[in-house]
Amino acid sequence: MAPANRPSPRPGFTLDVDRQTPPILFHHGEGFRMEKLPVGRSRVIYPSEPLNGLKDPDHEINEALLNPIEDDPLPSLLTPGMKLTIAFDDLSLPLPPMQRPDVRQRIIEAVLDMAAAAGVDDVHIVAALALHRRMTEPELRQAVGDRVYEAFAPHGLLYNLDAEDPDEMVILGETDHEGHGPHKETVQMQRRAAESDLVVYVNINLVSMDGGWKSTATGLSGYAGVRSHHNPETMTRSKSFMDQDASELHRSNWRQGEVIKKHGPRIFQIETTLNTNTFGYDGPLAMLQKREWEWSMRDRAAFSGMQLGLKRMTSAQKRKAFHSWKAPYELTSVQAGEVEAVHKKTTEMVYKQHMVPVAGQTDVVTMGLPYLSPYNVNSIMNPILVAVQGLGYFFNLYRGKPVVREGGVLIMSHPTPWEFHPVHHPSYIDFFEQVLADTTDPVEMQHKYEKQFAEDEWYRHLYRTSYAYHGVHPFYMWYWCSHALQHLGGVIVVGGDNKAVRRLGFKPASTLSDALEMAEDVVGPQPTITHLHNPPILMADVT
Amino acid sequence: MADETAESKSADEPAPATAASGSLDVCGSLAGKRIAITGSTGFLGTALVERLIRSVPDCELVLLVRPGKKSSPAERARREIFRNDAFHRNISERGETPRSADTFWEDIERRVTVISGDVSTDGLGLDDAGRATLASCDVVIHSAATVSFDAPLDGAVEVNLLGPTRIVETLQDLGVTPHFVAVSTCYVAGNRRGSAPEQLLMDSPFHIDVDWKQEVKAARRTRADFDAESRTVDRLDEFRKRASHELGAAGTPLLAAKTEQYRVRWVSEQLVEAGRARAASLGWPDSYAYTKALGERALVESKGNVPVSIVRPSIIESAWMEPRPGWIKGFRMAEPILISYAQGLLKEFPGVPEGVVDVIPVDLVVAAIINVAAGPVTDPDNVAITQVASGTRNPLRYRQLVELVSGWFTEKPLYDRKGQPIAVAQFSFPGRGAVERQLERAHKSLDRADRTLKLLPLRGKQAMINADVEEKKDQVERARDYVKIYGAYAECEALYGVENLLDLHGSLTSSAQETFGCDPAIVDWDHYVTEIHLPSVVDHARVKTKPERSDPDARTTRLRKRVLAPERHLAAFDLENTIIASNVVFSYAWLATKNMGPSDRVKFTLKTLQEGPELLALDRRDRTDFLRHFYRRYDGASVAEMDRLGQELLADHILTKAFPAAVRRVRKHRELGHRTVLITGALNIVVDPLKPLFDDVICAEMSEIGGRYTGELLAVPPTGEVRAQALRDYADTHGFDLAESVAYADSSSDLPLLDAVGFPVAVNPETRLASISIKRGWLIEYWSKAQGGTDKVLPLSPLPSLRKSRL
Repeated sequence: MAPANRPSPRPGFTLDVDRQTPPILFHHGEGFRMEKLPVGRSRVIYPSEPLNGLKDPDHEINEALLNPIEDDPLPSLLTPGMKLTIAFDDLSLPLPPMQRPDVRQRIIEAVLDMAAAAGVDDVHIVAALALHRRMTEPELRQAVGDRVYEAFAPHGLLYNLDAEDPDEMVILGETDHEGHGPHKETVQMQRRAAESDLVVYVNINLVSMDGGWKSTATGLSGYAGVRSHHNPETMTRSKSFMDQDASELHRSNWRQGEVIKKHGPRIFQIETTLNTNTFGYDGPLAMLQKREWEWSMRDRAAFSGMQLGLKRMTSAQKRKAFHSWKAPYELTSVQAGEVEAVHKKTTEMVYKQHMVPVAGQTDVVTMGLPYLSPYNVNSIMNPILVAVQGLGYFFNLYRGKPVVREGGVLIMSHPTPWEFHPVHHPSYIDFFEQVLADTTDPVEMQHKYEKQFAEDEWYRHLYRTSYAYHGVHPFYMWYWCSHALQHLGGVIVVGGDNKAVRRLGFKPASTLSDALEMAEDVVGPQPTITHLHNPPILMADVT
Repeated sequence: MADETAESKSADEPAPATAASGSLDVCGSLAGKRIAITGSTGFLGTALVERLIRSVPDCELVLLVRPGKKSSPAERARREIFRNDAFHRNISERGETPRSADTFWEDIERRVTVISGDVSTDGLGLDDAGRATLASCDVVIHSAATVSFDAPLDGAVEVNLLGPTRIVETLQDLGVTPHFVAVSTCYVAGNRRGSAPEQLLMDSPFHIDVDWKQEVKAARRTRADFDAESRTVDRLDEFRKRASHELGAAGTPLLAAKTEQYRVRWVSEQLVEAGRARAASLGWPDSYAYTKALGERALVESKGNVPVSIVRPSIIESAWMEPRPGWIKGFRMAEPILISYAQGLLKEFPGVPEGVVDVIPVDLVVAAIINVAAGPVTDPDNVAITQVASGTRNPLRYRQLVELVSGWFTEKPLYDRKGQPIAVAQFSFPGRGAVERQLERAHKSLDRADRTLKLLPLRGKQAMINADVEEKKDQVERARDYVKIYGAYAECEALYGVENLLDLHGSLTSSAQETFGCDPAIVDWDHYVTEIHLPSVVDHARVKTKPERSDPDARTTRLRKRVLAPERHLAAFDLENTIIASNVVFSYAWLATKNMGPSDRVKFTLKTLQEGPELLALDRRDRTDFLRHFYRRYDGASVAEMDRLGQELLADHILTKAFPAAVRRVRKHRELGHRTVLITGALNIVVDPLKPLFDDVICAEMSEIGGRYTGELLAVPPTGEVRAQALRDYADTHGFDLAESVAYADSSSDLPLLDAVGFPVAVNPETRLASISIKRGWLIEYWSKAQGGTDKVLPLSPLPSLRKSRL
């Protein structure tokens, strides 16, 4: 909870760097850099402070279920003998994982209570993985809580979606859009969900592209459905994919939603928003969500101590330390009911937390990438994930236009080690060795390699029985960079492994000033610079 | 040519070539004659056949050829004689090319008869037709010999000593008396200084009277003695130890084969040594000269009424003119020395600077033999001797040769693997002892390094250090052998008289002199060494003569391409250290600790580490015993539980330890349509999760009773030779050709598997396999785990307590 004496949360803002500006914090994988930005032509975009959390989350959840938006109260939808499927967002949300109890646990417990009261006894709980890796037992326990896990998992009623099980996936139909890229817009869904009388979807809306029809149309789908919009053609038409009004990805999911409405099960959507209390108001990482000039002596001491400690640790130790961090996120809103109406409200709440007004574009954008992306929870942030974190996520966190001008340079700071998690990312390893060694062009690799990786038996086996991302997943990561790759004049990685960075098609630099000098070759001398002070998450509303 | 020599003004300038000519018309005299030749597949023999075919158009040839292991004498003759580039001149003079040489082959067909025969057996191993053919010959030229200077004693005796006698005895048996021309060597004169004229040995004042029949008996007995000794307990133990040192735990059949190879080699080495010792004790430089000398004596004694001529060349080297300058066949005596010198391997070679190196180009020897064969037999009871040597007529001094050679290689150096030119050493003309001692010291220290390295558990690129040491050791060994064998020749200061040779040259008609001249004075040594011989030797030796750095990856890429060619049938994979960096102990440790608490884990780790050395030793001795012993630990384990854990093992242990490149390679083979099969001694529990990666899996399976494993295997686990057999059976069943198949493995205990296929690949090889792979030119792949995976001494499964909830 926020300290009682905290003034009402301050909104995000843009700081123009002057002589008084202290060094700015850059996240740098499992570490940090403090960087002086050029005076007079740099600005830093700071996120809003965390909104205040709801005082009684369980009560609010109950309220939302009983008073849904444009839908009947949940208890009225529950009848004995019905088939009920509860689907929930997987491991990739929120980032970092939140302290227990997870909001999904609270909601699922509430839903189960109502179902039990209504005499519903055919309930499945499924992690809506799509093509993500299966969650391990501890990860499932973290998301749904031990009570739910122990009541359902041993009977096979709580499980990970298997989107490659040929008997357990169904095609609901096609949209009337011809689809971008090589495939029609197909809608696919897990058979159990499709054949249920009611699907309750439990969402965590961390960023504005989550939720809505994407929850079910993508989350409960497999390759046949996902490839409809996970392609370079859709991504380059999404400017950005975080801005629903300008996102082809969003429109495609909504078209798929139309098919679900017509041919799919009834969906009862429950969406939640969290504040940006990622590192805590106090505690060891508190300074990470404060503005540098407001760091207390304690913050400074803690930060220097942490930097010293990190120097002495191996990368595995550092990784372990950072991945054990659980964010003290607080629930800021919960709404249930009809998908589109619910999502409208959710989006408002997300924007309220994330949106920061920014005036105009600059020549260069800088960003410090943290240790975590949606796809390396309890894992390794491999070079491809570094690329997608910078060029996919951070770059696209804008509305209007990118903070960097067309033909500008993106500078990101991350150690980018040539390291891969052998269990979670087997197809990434081969993608890096085979595909990126051949081409970094999303369209070319789509035609040349995607099918081969997507239909590979071994990857399929690892996705289904081990804990591996789907064979096609690294392609999607690269496609997510499409818009940035098309927009930017160059990408420079500060402090990365040279070989790995070059394989990505980027330029390595050892310091930020080197990188800025290199950027001048592309954008001209004395470029203007924007630094995204993210995380905690912010979204630039560029005018 | 004569005027070329006239220009060189050295102290050793030869007397001008005899201007006088006589009446011997070689072609005319041999016209319509049938000439039998032995040793025609050899260097001298091939040159002789070539010249007779080309320059004596009206003669017929009968070639006595030994049947090869797989080919008939006629096939051998075709392949080893007539396809040699010596005949390219003949073919091109006909306006034909080697690929389409119809008239050439017609001519060969018409004029050459090949008969099966072997001079090392009594009666020459002839059948009736062969005897009849031999009986029809007018001249028999015997050039078959064991020319290798380090031949085993008994072999040299059978061929060199008894060969000529066997032929004349056969001729007597057939009741014919053709002119018998035996090729011997100048070195029958023995190690001595001063002149060695063209006379029979018994006429020489330095002659030592030895009974050649006794020598034959003794040589045969020596073979029997050493053979008996090689079968004693101590010797056999030694051979087995050496075999297992080289191959490690490669399984009984391979070790047995290697042991036997060592035994046979040992006997042979002892016989070489015995030959050298016996030769030295009687004053000959080696067993070759010694057996040739006694062969002459035996021939003189047994010749009966067969007219005999003996031709004694000195050291025969590449051609001066015929069939083309520099023509040579095989890697001969001086070549390895020259190349070793140019490669910087041999820094010194013993010799006396002012001594004479008696070298004679092969075409002069051929001409002399033909002239002798064509000449009249003036005195059938006496044996005529002709020496073909350059030492007295046109000497090449050792110092001159050394200067020419070092000058040439300084100008045109060879290059090392990194593309650096190799500087040749300046000779200081040391004594033989000094050179031998120096090499011996180098050899000893390399041998020590080799032994030490083999004991270390090295893998992959580190193991290559050992392979390098081994290569250097081999090189030094070779250099040492050259010095031992050839040193004696370099120090020989005998001067071989050539009066008969010059008379022969003088007796030719002037036109015959042009074609069959045999006066050594025509050779210009400067020109010969630098323009003819060295280029030919370097060309022949296929060494690096250009500075481009050889791309170390080029070879690997080439080999990899062959391994991944679509026409391959089958790709067999070992598991441990080939696909995953793990072994049976590790997977057991993971499974065993799955349900243990922290204190039990500590105990388990300590116990396993304690047992480590013992297990390792057992594994080195015999893989099968080790697996059997180790798998007992699974006694009583629940089958259902193990199946469940197997899946988790894949994620937590196997994939973490897997080499992504290996997995990629398996899939690449499948993509190419090759059948992939995993053959491993690991347990089915561990291997099952990997099944989808392969088309088939052959692994160890444990028997079960009542849902529990017994700790006993259903069959012998597929390791060592069993694995090779399993692969053969698999290939037979599915109709695959192993010669067209690939196998991947990491250790010498996998040799049977690797040996079984046409395309073996060593993956992260340990020291022994690294050396073996380099020697045999196998593809070596270095695959590593995914960076970022964990590294533990002993992989235990994650603590269950960590997975408990924290509410």
